[in-house]
Amino acid sequence: MLEVRNLECVRGDRRLFRELNFTLREGELLHLHGHNGSGKTTLLRAVSGLLLPSAGEILWRGKDIRELREEFSAELIFIGHKRAIKDDLSAVENLRVACTLDGVRISEEQAWKALERIGLYGFEDLPSRVLSQGQKRRVGLARLLLNRAPLWVLDEPFNALDKAAVGLLQGVIREHVANAGVVLLTTHQEVSLTQGAVHSLQLGSGELGHV
Amino acid sequence: MFEIFRTVVMRDLVLALRRRADLMTVLFFFVIVVSLFPLAIGPEMSTLRMIAPGVVWVAALLASMLALERLFAADYADGTLEQMLLTPQPLALLVLGKIAAHWLVTGLPLVLISPLLGLQYGLSGETLLVLLFSLLLGTPALSLIGAIGAALTLGLRGGGVLVSLLVLPLTIPVLIFGSGSVEATASGMGGEGHLYLLGAILVMSLVLAPLAAATALRISNE
Repeated sequence: MLEVRNLECVRGDRRLFRELNFTLREGELLHLHGHNGSGKTTLLRAVSGLLLPSAGEILWRGKDIRELREEFSAELIFIGHKRAIKDDLSAVENLRVACTLDGVRISEEQAWKALERIGLYGFEDLPSRVLSQGQKRRVGLARLLLNRAPLWVLDEPFNALDKAAVGLLQGVIREHVANAGVVLLTTHQEVSLTQGAVHSLQLGSGELGHV
Repeated sequence: MFEIFRTVVMRDLVLALRRRADLMTVLFFFVIVVSLFPLAIGPEMSTLRMIAPGVVWVAALLASMLALERLFAADYADGTLEQMLLTPQPLALLVLGKIAAHWLVTGLPLVLISPLLGLQYGLSGETLLVLLFSLLLGTPALSLIGAIGAALTLGLRGGGVLVSLLVLPLTIPVLIFGSGSVEATASGMGGEGHLYLLGAILVMSLVLAPLAAATALRISNE
């Protein structure tokens, strides 16, 4: 489904990686490893289409993502370092706006249910300003429960989450992979994903792992 | 399609209303700048009448530059802009929605208060009406053109000043025809011609500016 061919990314004067190749099929997860500054985030941003790689191509269902554009965006959820929630909006408002823009119609009730499941019961109506880091993170992650996009690109999704939330998110990811989804993620934490095929790729050590 | 546009406009309006202090600064800036001139120049009515169109229009231009910096900056900082780039919606439409909301909260109040400020300059009723109408056509064009500059300078240090330097030269036609329409009316020549041209500029920027700003956003988000 997702195919990366001879990818090369340069930030500033530094070449982060070159001739990177991998293919992910339905029901597969790719765990990116690498020390700080090895280009994990850059790779994820390139795969999402936010960043133009200096060489190589990224194909989704056999077509270049640059040509697919909005069609590709419809099948992608990207969760990056920035939390992407508005401090002046409540959790429900944030979630509903995000879903509408994603092209997913949700009712008020669905939004409340999703927030309850992600562990924000009782905080749905408060301005996000008063939520803790971990709670804000959860608001962003609630999108994963409502959007049926097959490709998930997650940059350090476990950051700032407590133990319960980490377990919950692992369950959500496991479920997605089991439902023929594709996940690309970085995390410094050990993640136990038992079901589905898990691949790992080491960046920045000179040797490139192959999938 | 319209629902997406409405969602973006409503979102930005709600956000603006929850941060009312930000809105007031632009309006007060406009009011104070326009009111300073009669104080500095003195109560000579004929002089004031002569400079009024220019003063009000330059003040409106500077006030809208002041507001521009905030158009995308907050969304850029918290990552919601990044998510907008990744939605399956046409980005130009989202940008247009943001500009519309931005004009409603920063441009429209300024338009509405302008006749009141015009009174300080002893403008006639008809001239005040043309002033209001010229600002109604001109300020959305300023927001649209300014959005391109705001998108290009996103994330740069000292972006605020840079936006003004980049955008001000582009807004000169709006300034000329805007203040020209008021002047022409005051001198009895009729300002319709100027207003038509102002309308044409608005239509053109309405079509082109969102596309240009959307492309600029993609570039500055790399």
